[in-house]
Formats: sequence, C-alpha cells, structure tokens
Amino acid sequence: MITAAIADKNAILKDKIKELKRLYPQTRSVLLPALHAAEDLYGWLGDDALEQVSMLTGVTTAEVKGVVSFYSLFKTKPHGRHVIYLCTNIACLIMGADTLEEYLQKTYRLSNGETTADGRFSLVIMECIGACDRAPAMLVNDDWHFNLTMENIKEILESYK
Amino acid sequence: MANVLLKNIENPNSHRIDEYVKAGGYFALEHAINEMTPKDIVDDIRKSGLRGRGGAGFSTGMKWQFASLDPKFPKYIVCNADEGEPGTFKDRVLLERNPHRLIEGMVITAYALQSIRGYIYVRAEYPHVEKILNEAIKEAYDKGFLGDDIMSKHFRFNLSVHRGAGAYICGEETALINSLEGRRGEPRIKPPFPVNSGAWSKPTIVNNVETYANIPYIIETSPKAYTFLGTKDAPGTKLFCVSGAVNKPGVYELELGTPLREIIYDHCGGIRGGRALKGVIPGGLSTSILTPDKIDCPMDFANLAKRGSMLGSGAIIVLDDTMCIVKIYERAMRFFEHESCGKCTPCREGTGWMRTILSRIEKGLADMEDLATLEDVAANVAGKTFCPLGEGAAHVLLAVIKSYRGEFEYHVKYKKCEVADPSQKWEHISEGELDRLEPIV
Repeated sequence: MITAAIADKNAILKDKIKELKRLYPQTRSVLLPALHAAEDLYGWLGDDALEQVSMLTGVTTAEVKGVVSFYSLFKTKPHGRHVIYLCTNIACLIMGADTLEEYLQKTYRLSNGETTADGRFSLVIMECIGACDRAPAMLVNDDWHFNLTMENIKEILESYK
Repeated sequence: MANVLLKNIENPNSHRIDEYVKAGGYFALEHAINEMTPKDIVDDIRKSGLRGRGGAGFSTGMKWQFASLDPKFPKYIVCNADEGEPGTFKDRVLLERNPHRLIEGMVITAYALQSIRGYIYVRAEYPHVEKILNEAIKEAYDKGFLGDDIMSKHFRFNLSVHRGAGAYICGEETALINSLEGRRGEPRIKPPFPVNSGAWSKPTIVNNVETYANIPYIIETSPKAYTFLGTKDAPGTKLFCVSGAVNKPGVYELELGTPLREIIYDHCGGIRGGRALKGVIPGGLSTSILTPDKIDCPMDFANLAKRGSMLGSGAIIVLDDTMCIVKIYERAMRFFEHESCGKCTPCREGTGWMRTILSRIEKGLADMEDLATLEDVAANVAGKTFCPLGEGAAHVLLAVIKSYRGEFEYHVKYKKCEVADPSQKWEHISEGELDRLEPIV
C-alpha cells in the first residue's frame, strides 16, 4: 500500500530525476545520480525504491539491480542511524586499522555490513578513502575522523547517539 | 619545494573564486580565449611535454591532438577524480583547496577541443568534495567563466559533477565512461580509444585532476618554461603523497626526477622512530615495491620503469622493519579481489586464488608447494587480463615475492612471522627497543 508519505517522496524523486535528465545527452545516464537521489530520499534502496527509479528512468528493474549490485557503496539494506566507514587498506592497516576493526567487533559486535541490535551503528569496511597521511581514518556518515587510536575512537563514537 | 599546483593553498579561503582570481587565477583562460586559437593550445600542450598524472603517463598533448583531429561532434571533456589507488590523496587536496584551478584547466581544454560539455567524475568516498566542487562551479557560472557565453566570446561550455558509487575500477577511463553513462563500471575493449569513441560514442578526453591543474600554468607561462621544471623526459612538478612510516606524511609538490631518498629523508623527515626502512611502494598499491637499495631512484617515469616499478599516481607508501610483508600483500590482494569487476576470468578467478593462498601463508597453514603455486597463478594472470587491474595485482605480487622471498619462506617454514619473532637478529634495532615492539601477527 502506498501511504501519503511515500507518495510525497515519489513525487519529489520524479521532479529530481526530471531535473537531472537535463545534465546528460541520454536518459540512461541519469541512473547513478537518480539512485543517489533515491537513496537520500528513502534512506536505502529497497525493491520499491528500485522500481520507482526504473519507472522514472525507463531502465528495466533487472538492469537497475545489475548496476546497483556492481557498486559497493549503494545501501541495499536498511542501516543504523550512523554508518561507520572504516578504512582498512594498506596505509591504514600498517598504522593499526586492524586493531580498530577488532575493537568494533568486541565493543559493538559489529562486523562488515552489519548493524548493531539497537540500530545505532552500521559498519562498512572500506578500501582506501584517501586519508593515508592521517591514518588510520574513518568516515562516520559524512564526517571525517583521522589519526584514530583505541582511545580516541571510543570517544568519537560515543558522540554519535 | 616547487609551487605550481599548490600555489596559494595556505590561504584558508583558497577554494573561493575571489581569492583565486586575486592570486592570478583565470588569467590563463582569458589569455587563451583572447589571444590563442584552439590549435595553438593543443600545440603548446604537446610542446610542453606534459604527461598524464593519473598513472599511465601518456602524453597529454598527443591525446588532445587525436581528439581534435576527430571530426565528430560534440566532444566531451571528463575529469577523472575517482582517486581510488590505495595510498593516493593528492587529488583530494587539489579538489578541496584549489577547485578553480581544475575548472580553469578544464575550460581551457574545452576551448582547445571546441567541446561544449564536461563532467567531473568524483568518487563517492569524498562527499565533501562534491559539495566544494558544486559551489565552485556555481561561482564560475556567476562570474561568466562557465556557461553559454564565456567571457562574452560566444564560447559555450557547461560543467557538472557526476558522483561514483564506490568502485576502484572506475578509475580506468573506459570503465569511468561506462559509469558516466549509467552502466556497470566494466572496462571496454580498446580500440576504439575514448579520444575517438568515448562517452556516448563521441570523442572524449579523460584526464586526471592533476593533469588539468597543470594546464593554466603552461598557458600563462610558456611550454618552454614548463620544460625547465622536472626532467627532459618528464617535465613539470608532481604531487607526491607520502604515507606510512615517515615522520611527516602528507602531499609534497616536487619536481619530477626528485630522488626518492630526498623525499623520504629530507621532505618527510625520515623514518618514524628512527627505524630501518624495509621497502617503498612508489606509486600506489598497483606499482611494484622497491627495496631499500633502490631508493636513490629519481622519481620519474623512465627511472622507475628501469627498476621494475612505475610512477603511478605518485602515492609513496613507506614500510619500516616492524611491518610484515606477507600480511601487507595479503591485504593488498584482498583489495584486488574485492575490486575485480569480474568481466574477465584471469582477474576474477586469479585474484581470488592468489588471496586464498596468501591468507594460508600468512596464517602459517601453507607449505612450500603453495608458494610455487602462488607464483604460477600470478605468472598466468600477468599479461592475460582485460585491463590493468589484474595485471597490476599479478605484477606486484611477483615483484614482492622476488624481493622478499626469505620472508615468505619464513612464514611457510616456521608458521609464524619473521618480524614478530624476537629470535631474529636485527642489527639496526637495539635489544631494548625490540622488547617494546608490538607483534604484528
């Protein structure tokens, strides 16, 4: 059943995609920005969201799913209130990112792609996020945190309620 | 330290158009549009000897010439800001602190190739950069440096940001074009090259952020002045992003051909804690590791190639003697396995098998036969993949086994890590210091 709130969002998405289409010579190319817009609106990309995108862009649902599954940062399942993007690639690894991964596992029972039972945090293990000079680093939602240690990561995460 | 690309970045408002113009910004664009023909610009860039800064090091002038000779219309100008090579963060600094320099470089390129449309492909991992770029583009539109009538010269060029969604392979130009077109970011077969048939089958120039940032300097000085910087074969400056076990990691703008030793010991203040150098990855994870005896190498395309490695993106990762090579390359292969797009079999299957065997060696579950199998798989992946991703994965592994074979064999024989084993005698570390070291495995 489509509630009023969802109908509103669908209408916003329709306008947004119409606007985005002006940026590209072919309609198909609007797919990535359209998916980003849908993710912002609905919070994550479930089947309903993907069908909306498919309807509004004219790309078949199967193709849309093919594209979504190719990229690693589309949220294809519901996530917690805050998403931790922890970098564990070489530059961060040699500065101790693996101990931070263990810390998250122990303290919050978080492993890659999982959400805490209280819905507070989700964890995404990242490849290089380009903060190698201040490694180890992570993003929490859109905020950067650098030079992480076992001590300061605790404090940082406590500030996200 | 040279100061071409990072000019004025200490200014906290360097990303604003007013500050950029005050420091001489958009002068090159004005000069190009008023005084030069498109052909002059292409010729100047070719004469300057500028080579692409994204990793391959192809001549920028040649690339532009190929595109300008193609009669198809319209042409597209794309900026590759999908900086995914592990260890690289130079473009981020340019994008955050000097976005107008990129925009100016792109508009000059557009004028040279008579393009009317450009895109900046930004990786999803830099959400703040997208905001900065959108603001900068808006400022440039307001001042008449972008739009339908640039500087009232009847020259039209529009620019927008396209955000990726987390795929390392999209740094490869044909994969990037697929992603821009709204498809899975798998690479395309070459030829046709993007300069003839790229985005939407039109001639497309894909250049790195740093490459575009060099353009205004060449135009406002001269191609000859540009060749005074760097070496004969590789003119100009390069942004080196240094990370790992050095005292002062960060981005350094230095002339091409600066010796690696000077970068590590002078600019970056030497190895952290006075430890010994174990090895250096000179141009991002996909370039082969250099052993300490090779660090007098000048950092340019030819000299690194001579030592079996590459300049790549200029991402220097410094490893000291507390770090386990096997563990590092197990993680590296996990990265390649994760990022392999799956289009071609040698890469999709090869990276997976190489990672499996490396994990076994790292955990101490392997025997000598495994090491031989690992080399065999790598040798069979090399040269047989569709794009440079799998090729790079195999090459770096073969190189590291060749240079650090002892450490791999130690893992296999003693089922533990040489680095974490205190019975190993290190001449350069005192007994007291040895006790304080955290075991890595």
